[in-house]
Amino acid sequence: MTKLEAMIQPSKLDAVKSALLEIGIDGLTVLEARGHGRQKGHTEFYRGREYTVDLLPKIKLEIVLRDEVVEQAVGAVIKAAQTGKIGDGKIFLTRVDEAIRIRNEERGSNAL
Amino acid sequence: MSIQKLKSTICACKMREWSLLFCVLFAGCAVFAQTAPATQSIVTPERIAELEQKIADAHGAADNAWMLVCAALVLMMTGPGLALFYGGLVRKKNVLATMMQSFAMMAVITVLWGLIGYSLCFGSGNSFIGGLHHMFLHGVGAQPDPDYAATIPLQTYMIYQLMFAIITPALITGAFAERMKFSAMALLMILWSIIVYAPMAHMVWGKGGLLNASLGGLFPTLDFAGGTVVHITSGVSALVCALYLGKRVGYPQQAMPPHSVVLSVIGACMLWVGWFGFNAGSALAAGSLATSAFVATHFAAAAATVSWSVTEWMAMGRPSALGAISGAVAGLVAITPAAGFVGPMPALLIGLLAGVVCYTMVTKVKAVFGYDDSLDAFGVHGVGGTLGALLTGVFASKFVNPIFKDAQGNVLGSGWIDGNFHQLFNQLIGVAIAWLMAAVGTILILKFVDLVIGLRVPAEDEVEGLDLTQHGEEGYYWEASGNNL
Repeated sequence: MTKLEAMIQPSKLDAVKSALLEIGIDGLTVLEARGHGRQKGHTEFYRGREYTVDLLPKIKLEIVLRDEVVEQAVGAVIKAAQTGKIGDGKIFLTRVDEAIRIRNEERGSNAL
Repeated sequence: MSIQKLKSTICACKMREWSLLFCVLFAGCAVFAQTAPATQSIVTPERIAELEQKIADAHGAADNAWMLVCAALVLMMTGPGLALFYGGLVRKKNVLATMMQSFAMMAVITVLWGLIGYSLCFGSGNSFIGGLHHMFLHGVGAQPDPDYAATIPLQTYMIYQLMFAIITPALITGAFAERMKFSAMALLMILWSIIVYAPMAHMVWGKGGLLNASLGGLFPTLDFAGGTVVHITSGVSALVCALYLGKRVGYPQQAMPPHSVVLSVIGACMLWVGWFGFNAGSALAAGSLATSAFVATHFAAAAATVSWSVTEWMAMGRPSALGAISGAVAGLVAITPAAGFVGPMPALLIGLLAGVVCYTMVTKVKAVFGYDDSLDAFGVHGVGGTLGALLTGVFASKFVNPIFKDAQGNVLGSGWIDGNFHQLFNQLIGVAIAWLMAAVGTILILKFVDLVIGLRVPAEDEVEGLDLTQHGEEGYYWEASGNNL
């Protein structure tokens, strides 16, 4: 099992959700985050003083997937979230040791 | 057919009944008219006096209604006007503490006013302070005091003036926002009201006051609604507080933008509307002077909004909402001493200048000197009030308000545009006294309060936020407002 973490632009959330739903992935967690990579922030003014706001709003998606569908899911996220500009975001894949469904205590891929 | 006949018969009967009834009533009226007392139509001195009293009462009723509304408007300026304006400008962790400072003034100053505040301001005393005759509001009842306002109960005058006494210390809180102990602030404001506000109010508005333009003061200072009494004193005191307390932790390196300009915009709008009570109400009657002051107030606010926004647009590339509302407040401050003395066009000019001058103060001058006047109480109120008080000496017109008369009752010039250049000196004296009283009084009080209970919160408390550490509350407790919890 693999965990897919994606940092994307907030405006792309709807597109990514739809794309994942289309390939049959219907469980995900969405977090509101702030951050930046190489993207510069923006300047705001307060009483004539310039402030750089470099922690920008981001959306973080977390999905745990069966290994067979990981590449499909990655492709779907990239297709929906990509604009070609700096600030598109990143995807990280990590191994998951175990998954358990709380309702009936099922384990493994069946719990996903 | 027979039904038709029946109907017409009944109709005819009814007609007869009705005509009979009418005749009886008519005759009765004629009888009554003949027996009415003839004395109702005769004009007597008593009747005239009675009518004159009724006219005076009606006149007074209009003035009193207006003044009570104005008192409510001015209170609204503090709560929630100023509370929202200031509250929105601070960081989220300090929003309640900031609003509480204004709200507390509504309560504390009122009690103080009733006990001795009103007496010290408006009782007869000497040139500098009132006496204690009106302690516990003794003698303040339905009877007007012609020296102050001849057509409204003295109690109305008292309650109206109270609202000014409330908002003045509330304005100062902007200077030490986000770092002052609530207990220290409360003590500070009680002492300040007695030591700085009362003498200044007495000198400008009280009987025998040194600067009273309407009641023959030695240096008559034209201050219609409190440019010196309210704005200069609070603004200069704010500067002193900011310098004495020092900067906030992290200022100026750390960005401390407002947590909700939305709240500030709402507050500023309430201030603008409430200011009609502040300025137009200072006419103390519902006549054309109130209208004139209302108009001047509005025009100055508008002009200052435009000039601040345009200046900001040119300097920064974009006009901000915060700038626009700050401009409006600056204009309102500057027109406060002038409102009942100047015409609409000078009001526009005063507003225009106030926008540019105050903008420069809060963006350039503050940065140069480096003091942390957190919410620009000095930059807007201190400087705006000074500017307005001086410009009053320039633009005061006898055609708007014939305030100066000679011994024979002839109207004299008011300001420079009337040819009375000398008035500028009087304005300068009033301004200087306001600056002096505020500066000296505030330093002494700060020193005292600092010794007795300490002024500033500890640094860790300041970082954690005053809402939690001073009041045990959070302004926005999102977890508690969640859906399923």
